[in-house]
Amino acid sequence: MDAAINTQNYRQYLARFQSLIALFVLCVLISFLSDKFLTVTNAWNVMRQISVNICISVGMTLVVLTAGIDLSVGSILALCGAITAGLLRNGIELQSSNLYIGFTVLGACVAGIIVGSALGWFNGWAITKFKVPPFVATLAMLTIARGLTMLWTKGFPITGLDHKFAFLGTGWFLGVPLPVWISGIVVISAIIITNKTRLGRYIYAIGGNENAARLSGININYIKIAVYTIAGALAAVGGLIITSRLDAAQPNAGTGYELDSIAAVVIGGTSLSGGRGSILGTVLGAVIIGVLNNGLVLLNVSPFWQQVVKGLVILAAVIIDKANSKNE
Amino acid sequence: MLVAENISKKFSGVTALDNVCMELHAGKVNAIIGENGAGKSTLMKILSGVYTEYEGQIIYNGDTVRFKNTKDAQAKGIAIIHQELNLVPHLSITENIFLGSELITPFGFLDKKQMREQTQALLDRLKLNVDPDAQIANLKVGQQQVVEIAKALLHSAGVIIMDEPTSAIGDKEVKVLFDIINGLKAEGKVIVYISHKLDELFAIADRYIVLRDGKFIESGEMEDINHDKLIQKMVGREIVINSKNKLSEKAEVLLSIDHLSLHKDKDKALLKDISFTLHKGEVLGIFGLMGAGRTELLETIFGLHSKQSASSIMVNNKECHFSSPADAIRQGIALVPEDRKKDGLVLGLDVKQNICITTLGQMQNMGVLDNGKETSLAQKYIDRLRIKASSSKQLAKNLSGGNQQKIVLAKWLATNPCVLMLDEPTRGIDIHAKTEIYKLIAQLASEGMGIIVVSSEMPEILAVADRILVMCEGSITAKLNIDEATEDKILLEAIPKNN
Repeated sequence: MDAAINTQNYRQYLARFQSLIALFVLCVLISFLSDKFLTVTNAWNVMRQISVNICISVGMTLVVLTAGIDLSVGSILALCGAITAGLLRNGIELQSSNLYIGFTVLGACVAGIIVGSALGWFNGWAITKFKVPPFVATLAMLTIARGLTMLWTKGFPITGLDHKFAFLGTGWFLGVPLPVWISGIVVISAIIITNKTRLGRYIYAIGGNENAARLSGININYIKIAVYTIAGALAAVGGLIITSRLDAAQPNAGTGYELDSIAAVVIGGTSLSGGRGSILGTVLGAVIIGVLNNGLVLLNVSPFWQQVVKGLVILAAVIIDKANSKNE
Repeated sequence: MLVAENISKKFSGVTALDNVCMELHAGKVNAIIGENGAGKSTLMKILSGVYTEYEGQIIYNGDTVRFKNTKDAQAKGIAIIHQELNLVPHLSITENIFLGSELITPFGFLDKKQMREQTQALLDRLKLNVDPDAQIANLKVGQQQVVEIAKALLHSAGVIIMDEPTSAIGDKEVKVLFDIINGLKAEGKVIVYISHKLDELFAIADRYIVLRDGKFIESGEMEDINHDKLIQKMVGREIVINSKNKLSEKAEVLLSIDHLSLHKDKDKALLKDISFTLHKGEVLGIFGLMGAGRTELLETIFGLHSKQSASSIMVNNKECHFSSPADAIRQGIALVPEDRKKDGLVLGLDVKQNICITTLGQMQNMGVLDNGKETSLAQKYIDRLRIKASSSKQLAKNLSGGNQQKIVLAKWLATNPCVLMLDEPTRGIDIHAKTEIYKLIAQLASEGMGIIVVSSEMPEILAVADRILVMCEGSITAKLNIDEATEDKILLEAIPKNN
């Protein structure tokens, strides 16, 4: 009996570390093929590149753990980036009452995050109040937020932003790029939330068995709305980083990001049917995608092939994960 | 003629059917009779190819048959019409009848014309006057049932098994159904009819076969037996009654339910005008057959159907209105649901997480969960209920049914309830765990908790309850003290009567 449990634990441990092993193998492989890969500059480069995806994917993980999905993160990212950029450059002008409100960098960033949270809240509200399937509700929001972005930007990039704002995406602090700090803080907070708080436990419980959770007196709707709101807010944070790094808010920013973040979540071993998975897994997933992208670029592989490879990796990850859960 | 010889079937060690032998005659309506859990459904599922693993053999028209699956059984002429109709609501009658056996033209397209004609012919034969192109969703339940029968006839079934065919239809439709059955009988088909409604059986059946506890008890001609005798055959077991503390009549009232009703939609009431009280230290048993509304009653009290229900609920002499389980829990009500895997546990979480889920609010320190508090709470209940787990970190899904049930009990005991509602508390768990749970119920009651036990197992109710409510079709039909309750009396009140 004890021996059986031990081998089971051993298997589970192996399963937990297999994405780490895959990452390690990947790194060794690429470093043999390219001498530019294992350099400090490149390491920071990769981490800066994936910081946006990590922010979004952390939110996505929380949503997926409740057995939901959020397709709107890419559009929310674009809208929030554009709103922050627009407020920074033009402020708000109300001609009727002859009022002008200017925005500091902090004020504009907070406004962007508030808009992201509000749209996320709206997702959660539609899903819980009207029982709209998450796929549909967030698909609608994908279109709505993209449309609002086009309206706000009139279809043109917003450029010429306050140089202080650029610090967010390009600055360094204590020898580490600021976007890495931000995504690091997001990851650590999310790990604490999922492992150490009531909210986190309820997220797993709802994803694992919504009926049982409801009968245990958990307010399902409240938790779900919270989760989608967090996802919206984190998409906004991603929007701020991108806008700052490019020194411009592109109206079509973030297109397809929802798929990249779902990929990170899935590669990280989180089950799309909810209740099983971890933030750390998602981070690993995002890192694997980032390293893969970076390696293929360094090796001069065509971007078209990159997409094919990425797709195959997602498929392989899920197949391996399925095989593992059968073993359990 | 269909003959079953020495059929036995076990589910993970629990015997569901024990050496059942019976004969089902052609040109007759054969009624299978038994209480919940007597093995009727299991037997029918074996006859129709749903269960393929069993001991014994089935002989159909002289040949020994062993079906590989339901389709195989269908092809050999045995059709089953399940209690829950298996039709696709948004397809037409024709499409449903030919589902899985579509007619194809020589060009590989669907032969819609031919299928429509054959459907029309079947509907004519069954005197169902609707368009074969009509959508199933737009038909009445009775009409849907006729479509199911038509589907069975399409495969020129020689044996038609009907499981509770009248549970969802009105008197008029029952008459139509009986006419159809009589027609099929005249064609020489074997009709197997399962129903709780004894009056109905006397109206339609020719022969009866009584099952009890998975065993064949008796068979015979319907005209040779009467209502009361049939009930005796169904029940006929020794009654084990635990010695109980006689309740002092003046014990304070913990829960009082007044005029509780629950509506599915405007016309259909699931629960009608239910009133009862629960005293401190009392174990109240609620018995009812399938569909009597037992589970719905507990769920309504627990605040799960607040929008469709009306009631006045008093807890500790305080008027309460529960719009969600959270409200009910706050007033000290707990519900251990019928299906622990579906409603009771989060299987992917561990023992500790499952036990603490109802009281997480008390398990935190400055907003962060306190692992020490959680572990000690879990350990307390692991010891008290003797839950066999390798540690509090073992996943719930890796435990046996009895231990899983104890975890569900633990998570509710952790809330310190004053009223504990148990829905089928010992379903599918072994005898040993069963006795432990009975002992626990008695102990909790002696400590002053009010306990409601819903069960479809009569011995269980008689063993644990101080007082028994009998439910039938959404109403309470009898309130019996344990010393006046007998199995016959209870069953008589639980069986629906046709007026």
